[in-house]
Amino acid sequence: MNVKRLQEPAQLVLIFWIIIGWAGFLILPWYVVEDGLFSFDWLYDGYPFDTDYAPAVFLITQGEKFWLAPLLAPLVAVLMAIGRKKSDPLYPTLLIYSGLFGFAWLAFQGLGIGLRGWQFDWLEALFGPLDDRQFGMGYGALLLAAAFLFLFTQGIAARGAINGDVFVVSAIGGVIAVVSIFVFFPIGKMLVAAFITEDQTYSIAVFFSKFLDDRLWGISCLTGGGKCGVGWNSLFLAILVGFITTVLGLVFALVVTRTTFKYKQALRALTVLPIITPPFVIGLAIILLFGLSGSVTAFFADLFGVQATRWVYGLPGVLIAQTLAFTPIAFLVLIGVVEGVSPSMEEAAQTLRASKWQVFRTVSFPLMRPGLANAFLLGFIESMADFGNPLVLGGNYDVLSTEIFFAIVGAQYDQGQAAVLAIVLLAFTLGAFYAQRFWLGKKSYTTVSGKGDAGVHPSMPKGLAVPVYLIATAWAVFTVIVYGMIVYGSFVELWGVKNTLTFKHYITAFSFRIEDAGIRWTGAAWDSFWTTIKIAGISAPLTAALGLVTAYLLTRQTFRGKSAFEFGTMLSFAIPGTVIGVSYILAFNVPPLELTGTGIILVISFIFRNMPVGVRAGIASMTQLDKSLDESSLTLGANSWQTFRKVILPLMRPAILAALVYSFVRAMTAISAVIFLVSAEYDMATSYIIGRVENNDYGLAIAYSTTLIVVMLAAVGSMQLVVGRTKIGRRTSQSGVTV
Amino acid sequence: MNKLTVFAAGVCTTFLASAPFAFAAEKLTFYCSAQEEWCQVVSNGFQDATGIDVAMTRKSSGETFAQVKAEASNPKGDIWWGGTGDPHLQAAEEGLTEPYVSPMRSELNDWSISQATSADDKTIGIYSGALGYGYNTELLAANNLPEPACWKDLLKPEYKGHVQMANPNSSGTAYTTLATIIQLFGEDEGFEFMKGLHKNINQYTKSGSAPIKAAGRGENTIGIVFMHDAVAQAVAGFPIKVVAPCEGTGYEIGSMSIIKGARNLENAKKFYDWALSADAQSLALQVDAFQVPSNKGAKTSPMAPDLASIKLIDYDFVKYGSSDERKRLLKKWDDEVSVLPQ
Repeated sequence: MNVKRLQEPAQLVLIFWIIIGWAGFLILPWYVVEDGLFSFDWLYDGYPFDTDYAPAVFLITQGEKFWLAPLLAPLVAVLMAIGRKKSDPLYPTLLIYSGLFGFAWLAFQGLGIGLRGWQFDWLEALFGPLDDRQFGMGYGALLLAAAFLFLFTQGIAARGAINGDVFVVSAIGGVIAVVSIFVFFPIGKMLVAAFITEDQTYSIAVFFSKFLDDRLWGISCLTGGGKCGVGWNSLFLAILVGFITTVLGLVFALVVTRTTFKYKQALRALTVLPIITPPFVIGLAIILLFGLSGSVTAFFADLFGVQATRWVYGLPGVLIAQTLAFTPIAFLVLIGVVEGVSPSMEEAAQTLRASKWQVFRTVSFPLMRPGLANAFLLGFIESMADFGNPLVLGGNYDVLSTEIFFAIVGAQYDQGQAAVLAIVLLAFTLGAFYAQRFWLGKKSYTTVSGKGDAGVHPSMPKGLAVPVYLIATAWAVFTVIVYGMIVYGSFVELWGVKNTLTFKHYITAFSFRIEDAGIRWTGAAWDSFWTTIKIAGISAPLTAALGLVTAYLLTRQTFRGKSAFEFGTMLSFAIPGTVIGVSYILAFNVPPLELTGTGIILVISFIFRNMPVGVRAGIASMTQLDKSLDESSLTLGANSWQTFRKVILPLMRPAILAALVYSFVRAMTAISAVIFLVSAEYDMATSYIIGRVENNDYGLAIAYSTTLIVVMLAAVGSMQLVVGRTKIGRRTSQSGVTV
Repeated sequence: MNKLTVFAAGVCTTFLASAPFAFAAEKLTFYCSAQEEWCQVVSNGFQDATGIDVAMTRKSSGETFAQVKAEASNPKGDIWWGGTGDPHLQAAEEGLTEPYVSPMRSELNDWSISQATSADDKTIGIYSGALGYGYNTELLAANNLPEPACWKDLLKPEYKGHVQMANPNSSGTAYTTLATIIQLFGEDEGFEFMKGLHKNINQYTKSGSAPIKAAGRGENTIGIVFMHDAVAQAVAGFPIKVVAPCEGTGYEIGSMSIIKGARNLENAKKFYDWALSADAQSLALQVDAFQVPSNKGAKTSPMAPDLASIKLIDYDFVKYGSSDERKRLLKKWDDEVSVLPQ
């Protein structure tokens, strides 16, 4: 069958991409159109001759931007492939070399010539001074780049890679291209920025002087007196948070799966809350409870007749807030694992007369190791990247994420410093990532097989059940109090000072008028609210699509460099948002890709921040689908695209929806990367809320956050209704949708 | 045939197609460094007065300076309004902003124009405010502390753990404090003062007005801030008393600059002239901004601190606004003050 496919001329796809390429070259404006392509003003404003709007061909024929001319060669060359058979040796050669040369030249001229002419000294030395410049690439360049890329992949496929499967090769090529451009390129830019001195030269000494600075690695807190370096602070905090959230997450997972606890559903609902809570809100509630004038602090100060202190500012406050915020993530990871431990094994151990405690210690717990490691890693990374809580509660306990922010926006303005700090942060998270893999080793933890698996989990040993119940109840009560405070806070005049109830904050934020011309959104929050919904709505399906295609490639296809491919796509998971934000500013503020200040950069940052979760969800559910399904589809004559669309996709509905919900929610609550990327036109809800918090306008900030929580609850709820629950054996799975 | 390649391409092309729809109206990209409400009224006020569409971003003056600098090779903003004068002066020094002589100058106070002339007309004063501090009266009473009235009062050991100021590395307000203390007491004695103050500080905040906001909420006792920020907290209903230190104090000149290479230069100039008018500056009253306006004809609030009754030092904006001096002082503060045990 594959042989047959190799021989038919792949005309349609080939011609399609050739047309796309020529359209990019001949018709669409080559450079970015300032008002956006879809305003179509450019059509009446000197197109196609005005340099700002001209397609590449008009630029060249008018004697401008001569460096675009070589692009014509591969475009003409590929025309010769039309009509040839795939088996013709010239066919792949033509496509591969044209695609490769075209794409490489496009990248080279884009990087080489910028706003001030030559970007590199050696180019100037080689060709002499250049009295011209260019702006960011626009849709013309974009189409042409895509065309070159996919012509290249068709060439590779025609050579016989992956059985000549054009879809798979193109998907691999596409994912590699976008991940390189939007993950590796910015990170690389940032690494370079760490070596730049004040007078724009490169120096390793500068890097090391910043890298080895006492403020990063000082240990004077151990010897008494001074402060420890922010590097240590971050590391210590992240390890603590990772450990505590893992333990708590395990406790809840055990309560939900292995006890007859009556209020399991309520507990589950509580765990969703922190995930859909915008940043800062938990921090504010904690100040109100434990701050100098907080109710709990005041109560105990009265009780013991001591002076109230600012004890919560610093490590304790950040720790409480992060534990509260990230425990649910650990819980959601662990519940699947705790549930997935096959009861058959536990029953076998019991049959061999192991006590309940022995079963737990020697069978159940060791099998949970991957989950525990994952949960720890997540808690660790989230804590490292967290920006909101340290900002509100950090006191003098500085951590890397806030230091990075203030290195960029502070009075000193030092991008190099920010880059160095970001590298340290990245090193920590990647280190944790590898430590986790090392700890898990190559042991098998698989317990769910296709074989009969009809047991029910044993209940926990008593000695474990009692503390588990106690901890779970205490945490639940605490969460209820915190969220009660939050809702209450949105309805009072002036939190902590004037406690009269009012709708004032909601009216300020969300008022509207109905006029002849329709509804006029007069509230202060509407702008950022709609932007947020729009950006989240656009990025969620794209994230899910990219994630699932990648997951499909990773689980269903084998190709060379697959492990590197996997690492690349999962890398952005270990990169904290602050680092993404900084690197995106450094990479995308200047040509060839000029994206700062647009909504697109926000969408892109969300896609690549959240993609790994889509990949993970996809992999998890695809490994559950037996490969024989694909094979029967292929045997019946369907190609890989048809199999993907008609067989695999329908079976993966839960994973798709999980990815959709997750990326939607994250796009609405993320702050660490967003704070660097918002602009006048595209302000996001979270950055607006920060502004309110900075301004002491807690009422409005909390009213807005409460509204967002309700909106997201509605979204998550409707998703759960649509997906329903999956059942494995006699056990009712609790992991329908992992948010 | 394989339509699938189209799909694969879709993944990487569709999101780039999500560009905004825009209309060809006159527009202005406005970077605002005052507080949110004030930025809103100014933005709306200008829009109403001229019909020009305003896209406004509010960020602190440090953040805005960072952004303007980052975008220098490809400016996105047109006008930068508000925020303490130092970053504006620094931007002028680094050639990030455009010189402009407005016809409105005859209506302005002298301090506003001298700000402009010191920077080759690349920036101009739009409001001014004096440095001072505020304290939470309830917390002060609860802790049986005396009422402070001078800078030197803040060094008293009984205030240990009760004073908050911003970190001069991240906040223009705190840098103004540092520069003020040095100009009041001389550099050596000034740094001795900062070292003494360091012992009483409970937290160096990141943002300039955070100390008085924390004091308003009862999370801190004394906050070193600009007096108009303290007044705003008092007016908002918090138990805050404002203090103009007896030794005299420094001040800021909130400034405005046109960004060099602005894409809508003409509109930026229109905004510039409008923002210097009495009507535009009177808008501050709507949002409880208690700074002193630079237009002599603008209305002022009775709640606003009266600059005439405050002992002001002769603040050397040129010297202490220059980036070299700034770096030197901040480094010295970092090395000699911030590392001390508290």
